[in-house]
Amino acid sequence: MKVNDMNPTHIQVSGVHKVFKTDSREVVALKEINLDIPQGQFVCLLGPSGCGKSTLLNAVAGFSLPSSGTITADGKLVTGPGPERGMVFQEYALFPWMTVEKNIAFGLEIKGMDQSAITAKVDELLAMLSLSDFRHRFPKDLSGGMRQRVAIARVLALDSPIMLMDEPFGALDALTRRNLQDELLRIWAELKKTIIFVTHSIEEAIYLADRIVVMTYRPGTVKRDMIVDLPRLRDPAAAEFNALKRELGQLVMEEQQRHHNDEMRMAAVD
Amino acid sequence: MNKQDWRQSATGAVVPILIVVLWQASAMLGWVNPQVLPSPVAVVSKWIEYLLPLTAYDPAASSWLGWAFSGELLGDTLSSLYRVVVGFAVGAGLALPLGLMMGASQRMYAWLNPLMQVLRPIPPIAYIPLAILWFGLGNAPAVFLIALGAFFPVLVNTIAGVRQVDGIYIRAARNLGVNQRTMFIRVMLPAAVPYILSGVRIGIGTAFIVVIVSEMIAVNNGLGFRILEAREYFWSDKIIAGMISIGLLGLIIDVGMNKLNNHLLRWHRGLEN
Repeated sequence: MKVNDMNPTHIQVSGVHKVFKTDSREVVALKEINLDIPQGQFVCLLGPSGCGKSTLLNAVAGFSLPSSGTITADGKLVTGPGPERGMVFQEYALFPWMTVEKNIAFGLEIKGMDQSAITAKVDELLAMLSLSDFRHRFPKDLSGGMRQRVAIARVLALDSPIMLMDEPFGALDALTRRNLQDELLRIWAELKKTIIFVTHSIEEAIYLADRIVVMTYRPGTVKRDMIVDLPRLRDPAAAEFNALKRELGQLVMEEQQRHHNDEMRMAAVD
Repeated sequence: MNKQDWRQSATGAVVPILIVVLWQASAMLGWVNPQVLPSPVAVVSKWIEYLLPLTAYDPAASSWLGWAFSGELLGDTLSSLYRVVVGFAVGAGLALPLGLMMGASQRMYAWLNPLMQVLRPIPPIAYIPLAILWFGLGNAPAVFLIALGAFFPVLVNTIAGVRQVDGIYIRAARNLGVNQRTMFIRVMLPAAVPYILSGVRIGIGTAFIVVIVSEMIAVNNGLGFRILEAREYFWSDKIIAGMISIGLLGLIIDVGMNKLNNHLLRWHRGLEN
């Protein structure tokens, strides 16, 4: 595994297992996951549904702790969710009763920041994400793309060094999606965040990531951990891009097939 | 109003107008005993008489405003409204915090829910004998009954509202670092507001039913008392005039609630303007 030698480890996942128990059976969602993620790296977790990529992200976020093994962020053991690991959800999770600016300001009010500093910070983020004209709108009046911009701004407001993103652009149309990917890359380059980004889109992973971690279907393990060293901004039509896409497509397809077989087997049992 | 709205209003007015015309005709032609069913003209003139002050304006006796409001109808309306407001405030004021606690705490729910389930099906009207025994006559038993009528709808909806709060908001808030108290006040409570408000609407509706009934029993003013009094004198025109007043007050309360609802839920997805 190649790790950027310049930067120290920022997130460390060591020997993580996660087992979900139901009444009738146990599902091993994660098995022996080890990842060292250096400061400022953009990591994509890639795999078919059921491969545990969201489970791993939720474990790093602290929503659902590992059954065994440890996760540290900035050298501190993760024991629960916190603002130093801001999360962007696929379903936006904006508070619908708050306007755009209130949503962004909420985390800052929690921190106890004074009102003038909050206003300044909110203004800056609204401008950064082209949301200034929408500051007094409620989420219900925004498109999916706009909502996700607000959700990103809400996390950026926390000034957290780590950003966790759970298929954030999965529900958006292709154009909006590309648009937000570019915005995200711009913000990432400017603010030097460490990002863990879950996706099942191979193209999205190649377009965004410094490093792609392909995961296996049940139990979730690391199938391939690769550095993407194509120059940015990447051209999805370029030959190297497509060569990588073919290679990753093969890996993901194998896991997708296992997922499919498993479902067929389960259906036969029922 | 545009043309479409006019047409719709006109269509809606046809049947009521026909009924009133038929009603008036049957009175004029002597088909029914006016003691049983007075003519609409008689009802309206009684209503105006009921609305206007009983005595001529005397600057020495009272202010102009006091005189203008000295009519029986306005006095009764204010008395009834006062009872609804106080009774509702007491009932909802107890139900809201209790519902929030029962919704948020599994333990509170386990302790109190069986009792609530046993008490809830008893109609507030069934408490009348007990209310009079405990509180005698006057406003106290009326307010008690109205509070009971408002209590359960608000309680049940508040519990449901807190319990159905989408887990994603809780997760997002925990991620932002909120503590238990802030979670409750700034996330769970606002998320539960749509449910709570629908409980409030049902509660007000119940309170309005109960106020009329309790006025027929425990007090000697108010719209409910007045129509029962009118029956004793065989004033059927005044009974109907009183009923119309009750309907109008109910309509005003409902429109007011609607406006409040739309304002408080302007963020809500269900209400596209």
